[in-house]
Amino acid sequence: MGEAEIINFDRSRRAPLGPPRPQPKVRCRASTATGRPCRNYATTDDGYCNVHANRSARDRHPSGTGNTGTIASEVSFDEPGGVEAWVRKRLRGDYPIDDFGYDPELARNVLLPLAKPLYEKYFRVKTLGVERIPDDSAALLVGNHSGTVAIDAVMVQYAVATEHPMERPIRNIGADLVYSLPFVGPLARKAGNAVACDEDALELLRRGELVGVYPEGYKGVGKGWKERYKLQRFGRGGFIQTALRARVPIIPVAVVGAEETYPMIGNSKLLARLFGAPYFPITPTFPLLGPLGLIPLPSRWIIEFGEPIPMDDYPEDAAEDAMLVFDLSDRIRDTIQQMIYKLLARRRSAFF
Amino acid sequence: MAKRRVLITGVSRFLGLRLAKLLEQDDDVEMVIGVDLEEPPVPISGMEFVRVDIRNPLIARVLSATKVDTVVHTNIGSGPARLGGRSQMKENNVIGTMQLLAATQRAERVKRVVMKSSAAVYGSKAGEPSLIPEDYASRPVDLTGYSKDCSEAEQYARDFGRRRPDLDLAILRTQQVLGPTVQTSMTTYFSLPVLPTALGFDPRLQFVHEEDAVEALHLALKSDTRGIFNIAGDGVVYLSQAIRMLGKLEAPLLLPAAQALASLLRSFNIVDFPTDQLKLILFGRVLDTRRAAEQLGFKPRYTTREALEDFHDNRTQDQLPEPNTRPTWERELFEYLKQRTETERETV
Repeated sequence: MGEAEIINFDRSRRAPLGPPRPQPKVRCRASTATGRPCRNYATTDDGYCNVHANRSARDRHPSGTGNTGTIASEVSFDEPGGVEAWVRKRLRGDYPIDDFGYDPELARNVLLPLAKPLYEKYFRVKTLGVERIPDDSAALLVGNHSGTVAIDAVMVQYAVATEHPMERPIRNIGADLVYSLPFVGPLARKAGNAVACDEDALELLRRGELVGVYPEGYKGVGKGWKERYKLQRFGRGGFIQTALRARVPIIPVAVVGAEETYPMIGNSKLLARLFGAPYFPITPTFPLLGPLGLIPLPSRWIIEFGEPIPMDDYPEDAAEDAMLVFDLSDRIRDTIQQMIYKLLARRRSAFF
Repeated sequence: MAKRRVLITGVSRFLGLRLAKLLEQDDDVEMVIGVDLEEPPVPISGMEFVRVDIRNPLIARVLSATKVDTVVHTNIGSGPARLGGRSQMKENNVIGTMQLLAATQRAERVKRVVMKSSAAVYGSKAGEPSLIPEDYASRPVDLTGYSKDCSEAEQYARDFGRRRPDLDLAILRTQQVLGPTVQTSMTTYFSLPVLPTALGFDPRLQFVHEEDAVEALHLALKSDTRGIFNIAGDGVVYLSQAIRMLGKLEAPLLLPAAQALASLLRSFNIVDFPTDQLKLILFGRVLDTRRAAEQLGFKPRYTTREALEDFHDNRTQDQLPEPNTRPTWERELFEYLKQRTETERETV
């Protein structure tokens, strides 16, 4: 496992990890694997960013991921017409979505900007190791789940969608319950998420997407304050099987800070049953302060992406080897746990 | 290969009729026998029409007398009002399929059976895979109406396939059909001036264009590939997106209100749609169509969006002008069109 970067708290929070880059106003001329225009600033004379500078013409403009719902053209606010033209197109229903319901225009132009203050100002997220995520190939991101409400998944999504050179979307797979809820379900789909089942995860990986899983599931988000930063059981190892079948690397993700957003000091089994929820959190402010208690505490977050763990060294039928699957599952769980401990040891305070 | 002799059930319904018309031009097909209770509204050259109820054992005599080698079963209908009530619909769909298959089992010449089922057998739930494959294991147990009929008919077909292992059986699970002329509960819904939806729900929908749906049947009857095939156009649209593309207004209702309105519309026969369709506007349903592409060579010409656009751009029959404001020759044209419209409406 690679060492975590040393966090220098004195440096400007959003400073890039590498040497400082000049920031000219021109965007890169290439398009990304999903067919969107590359949003990096151009650094070369002929108008390409660092990522696309030495690529072939085909790689600069890939013809799509081979799926049927290829995102052909995206109106960005940078283009002529701006917001007004964009809204008009939306009202005509003239926007692309992929087979899973990902609406890249909505995600880029509306949902990400909504998450921005939360990420930058409220939780002051520090993201480490984002360069370990591949530029255009598939990978399975496995993270720890915490904080009662799954904001951690959204923040990890935001981190990669903005700080990664290719600004890739993460396609989280979420529990059925999410998709049966009004408003939340459709929104989760439009943000690029899919259903937690083998079919969806495998298909997204085959299409070259980044898939995010939180194998702890409800056990992770719904665990009590005493158990903070202790990883729960990692599901049944389904995510390992999926990665083995798709032969894609697993990238461990550690999120520190989400546990403090809603410190869950109690769990009302009765109310949970009443609402048909997997748990009903009681925090110092909820339900005591009513709706005010829904505001998360402003903890300071660190998200670290670990070294990718390759899965293509294993034999073809490795996914059927239950012992291997359990073993790998434990290894990845340990890796993430160690990453969390290291990050915890380095942070000065949960809130400042 | 010898030329085929094809029997089509439900030949006065939309897909059956279109398939029969398509086979008119097919040189590999020697003879087409159309079976239905009503005569097809449009004459089809080279087709022999036999008025027989598939629930009647007489169908066995038709099969043997006409020496058919291919049976295409398109007679599973979805609109309870069109079919004379729910119990009549079930009779037609389930008992009809049973009788037809029983008769086909005896007809030794028959080597190919294609049954048109529906994507409705997958139900509509929140936790389904985003692209449902044919062998998706979990079968919903709470199916009602049309989807239940299709599911039961498929079960009989599979049993039948086991009893006649020499025969190649294909089942097509067709997604919602959309196009300029087809009349389904979905086209009725999309033709409403204001479309009721459920507040907070926005399902992904997938359509197959009417021409593609017919082409899928055509491909299936000419192939000898066995199995179950999802038939749908590429891509998906959100319901909200579809409504905007059609230039219509959306009326989001609270879920209980939407359910009440739906049952009201149904009981007054204003909109004829199967009970299980309401769930479709909550959660939608999208099929994985790779198997049909790989094994049947089915390449839909219209994507989901294009099917919707074609429906929107070329559907004219609902907006014919009033006759008495027109000169005589136009009135004659109107009468002709009106007649065509009515007959086509009946065919579905």
